[in-house]
Amino acid sequence: MAIPSTITLPGTLDSLYPFMDFVTSFSREQGFGSEKIGEIELALEEVLVNIIKHAYKECDIEGNIKITCTQDDKHSLVLEIADWGTPFNIFSAREPDISLDIDERQIGGLGIFFVKKLMDEVRYRLEDDQNKLTLVIHNTHLSSDKR
Amino acid sequence: MEIQTAKEKNTVVVSVKGKIDAVTAPEFEKVLGKLIADGENTFLLNFSGLEYISSAGLRSILSTAKQLKPKSGRILFSGLQGPVKDVFKISGFGTIFKIFETREDALK
Repeated sequence: MAIPSTITLPGTLDSLYPFMDFVTSFSREQGFGSEKIGEIELALEEVLVNIIKHAYKECDIEGNIKITCTQDDKHSLVLEIADWGTPFNIFSAREPDISLDIDERQIGGLGIFFVKKLMDEVRYRLEDDQNKLTLVIHNTHLSSDKR
Repeated sequence: MEIQTAKEKNTVVVSVKGKIDAVTAPEFEKVLGKLIADGENTFLLNFSGLEYISSAGLRSILSTAKQLKPKSGRILFSGLQGPVKDVFKISGFGTIFKIFETREDALK
C-alpha cells in the first residue's frame, strides 16, 4: 500500500499545474496508464477550478486547497480534495442538458458533469468547515473503461 | 498552448496545439474574439495537435459559437484526437458541431 501523499497550496489558478503534476506523478507510481491519467487530470482540473472560482474568488474568500492521495485495499486511487471556502455539495448541481443546440445550450455546468461521469466514485462531506470531496478511481484492467 | 491561424478561401483555420484548460482558455477565446471583431465569421478549429481540453475550453468554444450565430457564422472542427474526442462525445459537443476527420475534408 502506498504511503498517503499530501499537498497544500493557495486556492488560486497559479496552483493548478503544481496540483495536477503532484496527482499525475502519484497516479503514475500506482501504475495507472496515460489514458486513465488523462481522465484523472480532467476531473481534478474541474474540481479545482470550481473551488478556486466559486468557493473562494466569487465569495471574496482566500484560502488553501489540500489534496491527499492514497490507495485503498483494492488498489484504487483515492483523492481527497479539501477546501475552506463556501460550502458546495457537488450533488446539488443541476446537470446540463447535453442534447440542446448552440442557442439553447447553457454555458457552464459541464465541469461537474465530467467529474461524475469519469470518476468511479464521488463522495462529498462538509466537515470542520471544510468541503471534502473524495474521488475514487479503480485500478484494474477490467474496470479501466466504463464508458 | 500554441495557436496558428491561416486563411483558406473564406475560412479561418485556427490550429491549436497543447492544452486548452482553465489557464489557457482565456487566451484561446481572445484570439477568436479578435478574428470575429476583424469581420471573420467562418472558422475551422483544427485540433490535430490538441492533447487536452477541459470544460473551460468548451465554454470558450460555446460562447464564440453563440457570438457567431447572429452573424450567420459557424465553427467547424477537424482532427480531434483521443481525450479531446472523448470530451466532445461526453459533452454532446460532437453532435452540436460539425466535425471532420481532417482539415482537408473540412475545407472541401
